[in-house]
Amino acid sequence: MTDFATYLKEERDQEWREELRKQIKNKERTSFERVKMPEQKPDIRNRNNLEVNQGLTEEQAVKEAQRCIDCPNPTCITGCPVNINIPKFVKKIEGGDFLGAAKVLKETNGLPAVCGRVCPQEVQCESQCFYTQKLKKPAVAIGNLERFAADYERNSGSISIPETDKPNGIKVAVIGSGPGGLAAAGDLAKYGYDVTVFEALHEIGGVLKYGIPEFRLPNEIVDVEIEILRKMGVKFIKNFVVGKTASLEDLKDEGFQAFFVASGAGLPRFMNIPGENYVGIFSSNEYLTRMNLMGAAKEEYDTPVLKGRNVAVIGGGNTAMDSVRTAKRLGADRAMIIYRRSLQEMPARVEEIHHAQEEGIEFLNLTNPLEYFADNKGRVNRMRVQKMELGEPDSSGRRRPVPLEGSEYDIDVDLVVVSVGVSPNPLIPEAVKGLDVTKWGTINVDPESMMSNIPGLFAGGDIVRGGATVILAMGDGRKAAAGMHKYIKHSIQKN
Amino acid sequence: MTKIVGKEQFSELVTLLEIDAPRIARQRKPGHFVIVKIGREGERIPLTISMADPEKGTISLVIQKVGVTSHKVTALNPGDELTDVVGPLGHATHIEKLGTILCAGGGVGIAPMLPIVQAMKEAGNRVISVLAARTKDLIILEEQVRAHSDEVIIMTDDGSYGQKGLVTQGMEEVIKREPVNQAITIGPAIMMKYAAALTKKYNLPTVASLNTIMVDGTGMCGACRVSVGGKTKFVCVDGPEFDAHEVDFDELLMRLGAYQDEERADYERYLKTIQ
Ligand SMILES: Cc1cc2nc3c(=O)[nH]c(=O)nc-3n(C[C@H](O)[C@H](O)[C@H](O)COP(=O)(O)OP(=O)(O)OC[C@H]3O[C@@H](n4cnc5c(N)ncnc54)[C@H](O)[C@@H]3O)c2cc1C
Ligand code: FES
Repeated sequence: MTDFATYLKEERDQEWREELRKQIKNKERTSFERVKMPEQKPDIRNRNNLEVNQGLTEEQAVKEAQRCIDCPNPTCITGCPVNINIPKFVKKIEGGDFLGAAKVLKETNGLPAVCGRVCPQEVQCESQCFYTQKLKKPAVAIGNLERFAADYERNSGSISIPETDKPNGIKVAVIGSGPGGLAAAGDLAKYGYDVTVFEALHEIGGVLKYGIPEFRLPNEIVDVEIEILRKMGVKFIKNFVVGKTASLEDLKDEGFQAFFVASGAGLPRFMNIPGENYVGIFSSNEYLTRMNLMGAAKEEYDTPVLKGRNVAVIGGGNTAMDSVRTAKRLGADRAMIIYRRSLQEMPARVEEIHHAQEEGIEFLNLTNPLEYFADNKGRVNRMRVQKMELGEPDSSGRRRPVPLEGSEYDIDVDLVVVSVGVSPNPLIPEAVKGLDVTKWGTINVDPESMMSNIPGLFAGGDIVRGGATVILAMGDGRKAAAGMHKYIKHSIQKN
Repeated sequence: MTKIVGKEQFSELVTLLEIDAPRIARQRKPGHFVIVKIGREGERIPLTISMADPEKGTISLVIQKVGVTSHKVTALNPGDELTDVVGPLGHATHIEKLGTILCAGGGVGIAPMLPIVQAMKEAGNRVISVLAARTKDLIILEEQVRAHSDEVIIMTDDGSYGQKGLVTQGMEEVIKREPVNQAITIGPAIMMKYAAALTKKYNLPTVASLNTIMVDGTGMCGACRVSVGGKTKFVCVDGPEFDAHEVDFDELLMRLGAYQDEERADYERYLKTIQ
């Protein structure tokens, strides 16, 4: 048996777990319906920016936790990129020890309040749940429970500041303050390092702040996590572009011994079709940044944003859903998703697709843009699209969309948001001579230590994976922190 | 927070601010720009760096009052602070000994032109500078440009100073008179458009420094995109300088006008609030 399996078994054999298992028969547990997450009503929430999901109540959380039968072989954990001890935290909730549940989460996940909200649980832990696999019933709502425990802790006022080792005085740098950078900073602080996070923008949080909207992830939640890191001694320097404001060499001269690059996949891709540079056509990054980071929709903020009555968002990922739902909230009459495959292939979280449908978003699936047209001032006013059908599966395993000849037609639009993916941020790859990057511009790292070919330079998150997820970025951050710790200890011994 | 340490009022509309930014002062090269934001609610605007003093740790920015943000920035005084300043951003100007360089700066574009004039001169070039503006008051930094140029030609639209006429007239006079190896132009997009059209006629390689709308300045949003040679480029990371003969200036002008109506309304509202 592996160490991890032994650990899980020992934990499961503890008396309190056995006690809980005995309290309710499995037959009864599996007869409970999955607790529905309380939500704002669709026709109200599509006019405000408040969080859609309201969070489970204590009773609801306990009820949902009771559905978990505490499997001897908890397959759910295999679906979690950071191996959270899922049954343990769920059973803590069932037993009413909510702070204890939060503690379990934080053993492996520094940002549970974030992950509980934005992880694609349906393809991770919940897809491997006994209910999904064997009973063909809705999985235990692991994500909702994660969020519950984290929110409970935050609202309790007794949020714990993780213990840190005695300061060792060794300076390390984290480049980028998205989930990857924050996770690494937390662990490095725990090891006792003097950690500085450098961020190019004027806000800390990366995509969590500039990308994901308030109605899905309130900024306040991210700020609480950042505050905890500050209390652990992490320093944050904003408005600092590593490679521009100072080079890596400069920072080395200033005493930084190792670097973790988590600079993300910030570069928006366009489709390069005619008319794409007309006024009123944005990348989703620009649209969401104006709204989320720059407060463009709020009266007292200076940044402008164009409003649209007929808004088309191109793409089917989370970013597309966030953009289209934002447009609806800004008062669009028609807010449309234009996606070249079908609903089944959409990469967005199912919950977001579902919420979008409820909010009155139109889905023009199997449809692809061909060209944009504009009025005499250059503002987009019409787009030409083409119908598609699904052919053979491509390299991604998804069925390839094939154009249907002669199916072109025009749609009136006055705002378009292009959300067809992102490329890795080139700032660091350009600034570090000799850095080994792939042909896509991602940084090559050793999968165990996360170190690049440059000694002391580690990387993770979207800059290594291309556009991925919050939890994978965090997992990388933690792995890299461990790798850096080992590297520094080793180089100290050598000298 | 970045402190303002000096201020010079060039005219009613144009102000120079010297700000305390030691790291940027050390790193910046001619052609670089910064992004500035004032207040929590402020917008992010790009400003090309004029001069820098690495010893003192300061850079200077020249700003023309055109809207809410530039108005707020120019109203600041030594001792006040800019909430956010980030840079230096973009690629630096390619400086090389080529022979004769024709530098054409229009309006506040003269400010970022100055370090290029200086660097080109130091690299051993013969530098001829054409400074152009609507009227006498808007011709700035003339002394400093003169100090690093072999010759300076001044053009004003209204003839209140130098010769009456457009920047292109001053440029053409030089091109017709002597061999020129490269032209560099910085100024309003419309001016650069005509400057580029002129030099194209003479097959004179020309670089234009573009000042588009920007948000982040790090390549993340695409607000700054422009077509160069039929390809979409991001001015903040691929530029700001491009081959002027390849730039689609009409598209640039169209995109610069994107928020015109909103901005004018905002500015009028803002001006009322501060009266
Ligand atoms: C709108 C949107 C919605 C999403 N929704 C989800 C979701 O629901 N679930 C999910 O799991 N994932 C989602 N994602 C993906 C997820 O956000 C990313 O995978 C994750 O944020 C990557 O984290 P990161 O730490 O690698 O980089 P980022 O979060 O991108 O952070 C990188 C940071 O580095 C900074 N930076 C870059 N270069 C430098 C430099 N040279 N010096 C200093 N700083 C620098 C950037 O400014 C940025 O702040 C979404 C993404 C977007 C855009
Ligand atoms: S300003 Fe955002 S990409 Fe250039």
